[in-house]
Amino acid sequence: MRLKLSAEVIKGDLVERVAELSGQNLSACYQCGRCSAGCPVVEEMDIVPSEVIRLLQLGQVEPVLDSETIWICASCLQCASRCPRGVEFSSICDALRAIVLRKRLSGSVVDADEVTRTMVSDAPQMGVVGALRKLNG
Amino acid sequence: MKIPYYPGCTLHERALDFDKASRECARALDIELEELEIWTCCGAVFPLTTDSVMDILAGVRNLAYASRLGDKVVTLCSFCYNVLKRANKVMRDDPEKREKANLFLKADTDAREGIESYLKEDYTGQVDVLHYIEMLRDVVGFDKIRERTKADLSGLKVAPYYGCMLLRPKKEMEFDDPEQPQIFEDFLEAIGCDVVDFPMKTECCGGFQIVREEDTAVACSQTVVNSASRRGADVIITTCPLCRYNLDELQKKMEKSVTGFRKIPVIYFTQLLGIALGIDEECLDFSDNYVDPRPLLAEKSLV
Repeated sequence: MRLKLSAEVIKGDLVERVAELSGQNLSACYQCGRCSAGCPVVEEMDIVPSEVIRLLQLGQVEPVLDSETIWICASCLQCASRCPRGVEFSSICDALRAIVLRKRLSGSVVDADEVTRTMVSDAPQMGVVGALRKLNG
Repeated sequence: MKIPYYPGCTLHERALDFDKASRECARALDIELEELEIWTCCGAVFPLTTDSVMDILAGVRNLAYASRLGDKVVTLCSFCYNVLKRANKVMRDDPEKREKANLFLKADTDAREGIESYLKEDYTGQVDVLHYIEMLRDVVGFDKIRERTKADLSGLKVAPYYGCMLLRPKKEMEFDDPEQPQIFEDFLEAIGCDVVDFPMKTECCGGFQIVREEDTAVACSQTVVNSASRRGADVIITTCPLCRYNLDELQKKMEKSVTGFRKIPVIYFTQLLGIALGIDEECLDFSDNYVDPRPLLAEKSLV
């Protein structure tokens, strides 16, 4: 990917918003990759966790907001547990999802009507409520 | 001895077997789980965004309900434990959110009457949130459980699966080591099982992703089941109804896609405790398991 970088892009408002909402110091990451190595769902992601953080360090929020990755994270916090720099990738994902869901920028990845029709009689309530809160807003 | 108990929605609706077995075991160990007079869903997931006060209110409200009964509350579901414990920490450590949450709870309680008018004073985190396994260790004591164990479980190879929510984030959950936890191993040793250590005991089962994309949860759960299987486990124990669902139900898919797949029963740790304590199988209810543990237990003369 070719990127045109400038101080304004790197220090853009949206990046600041991600840092604030997630409570994470994005610049603390030194790209060791332990978050990506330990993530149980990394194989399904289009941008792996350490790459997401690198893109954010470079002010590239849009491609991250458009990624599948942010909807695949299951908030298991394995990344946070293993990060030597104390960065919680799961929290960054929650912040990115919140930015999309609060603005209703795109259709939700989980349809509440569909879920209540197909899952409620079978799956544990905690799974249904958890998915709707994390993925439907 | 009475201890306030918060079941949560899943144990009230779907994981009735877990609720029933856990109450029976507590009774056998001289503990009465006193269900909160009123309670609601805790919200299932703790918000990881820093500005969310609304998303912790359900958890805080339940803690305020619990504070009317005593200084601690016991729960079993990993999600409930995670949410209640983290929400409680917010109420203890974050003055700004504590004030906002209390203002909301006060308005809520003023609009209600009788039992539902619950907030007598500000909630400041005065209740300790305990997981049932912590209650067994710290209130009952594993030594007492060892003495009360009637069944001979030696030779039964049990893999303790922790999952995510009990352990992480470590600095807030303060439950056990997030990579090498020991509490379930100590419990299993107390009831006389052969403990199977396996590397994926703290790996995610896929969690709520089952609702979005089943294949994701199948892949995650298969990693866990295979890991326990390769280490020779006869049975996996868990304390999370969603982990139980993913690891057990999804073996339907695994057995279709993997040649020579060996099915492993996945049961709640209190169902195994019930067997150890000699509680009647009917009370432990194994009817909801996809992989039926009863043939294995019968083979070991445990049912």
